[in-house]
Amino acid sequence: MLMGLIWTAMIVVSVLFGCLNGTAGEVQQAALEGAQAAIELCIVIGGAVCLWCAVMELMSASGLAEALSHALRPILRRLFPESARHEAVLQPLSANVSANLLGLGNAATPMGIRAAQEMARLAPPGEASNELCRLVVLNTASIQLLPTTVAAIRAAEGAVSPFDILPAVWISSAVSVAVGLAAACAMERRP
Amino acid sequence: MSVLIELAVPLILASVGIHALISGTDIFPALCRGAVQGLETLKDMLPTLIVLFPAVYMLRASGALDALSALLAPLMERIGIPAETVPLALLRPVSGGAATAAAADIIKNSGADSLAGRTAAVMIGSSETTFYVIAVYFGAAKIKNTRHAIPAALLADLAVFLTSAWTCALMWG
Repeated sequence: MLMGLIWTAMIVVSVLFGCLNGTAGEVQQAALEGAQAAIELCIVIGGAVCLWCAVMELMSASGLAEALSHALRPILRRLFPESARHEAVLQPLSANVSANLLGLGNAATPMGIRAAQEMARLAPPGEASNELCRLVVLNTASIQLLPTTVAAIRAAEGAVSPFDILPAVWISSAVSVAVGLAAACAMERRP
Repeated sequence: MSVLIELAVPLILASVGIHALISGTDIFPALCRGAVQGLETLKDMLPTLIVLFPAVYMLRASGALDALSALLAPLMERIGIPAETVPLALLRPVSGGAATAAAADIIKNSGADSLAGRTAAVMIGSSETTFYVIAVYFGAAKIKNTRHAIPAALLADLAVFLTSAWTCALMWG
């Protein structure tokens, strides 16, 4: 429903501005160009997206993702002290975080959902516990180490070195996780 | 550092391959399985992009995006965010597809290696579709009282947009 509202609003605003600015002709052309550009983008980035998915599938098949998820456990025990006492929560939780780091979106979401459901069982029904809020905030802040889709878009538009944005992405991701978790912890204390 | 980043892709491919060899994984079928997943990802992405790209292109062609950028430019300049990236920042928490369309538009029009193009790429590469994640997780866990999750997540989003712009300005400005 929300997306429908946003889409319609974007179109109506374009039509209004097109009439006011005398750019109605361009707006009409842009509608068709946009649809074409969407297909073109998918074709241009398609190869890189599939290559990364292939590498990531190999990472999970070879046990690299699982090794990382074990390595993360000490950190997660600090961040989620209550949940970490239950193996049923800690297991999907560490799998969720390691899949997010590696960019395994297909694996991260189901694992995160299972962790969220198990956490919800430890709290009064219908109410988000402090640790569940932390888990959700951790997942709304991207912690992906290799932003492959956007690198593919940059490569398609002629970037000299598509991955040279990595240090900036890591700094921004780290700051956003830190701010999100700090904000969550600060708001916890209020009744 | 820059050599390492230039070699990042080949190095990752090599180390993942070697690790898989050592651990005795059946490498080739796994790679092909993954490539199929890639096609499925594209298939899932494409309809949203086809619907949302025209909307973003129309906004740009009508002059509405330029008007919004011009309106917010003085404020945005003061806090150090390229005005072109404002629509992207507004769409990002709500719709991954619309944000991708907006980012691709900026990267194309300002150039992949321009400051605005890089800032757009970093913004989208270091954030998630916040409201989608919240809906999926709380929906699955049957949570009605989400308490402080939404304000905390939106603060993190604000932090990511400011930090992206500042780091990019520092590194490439």
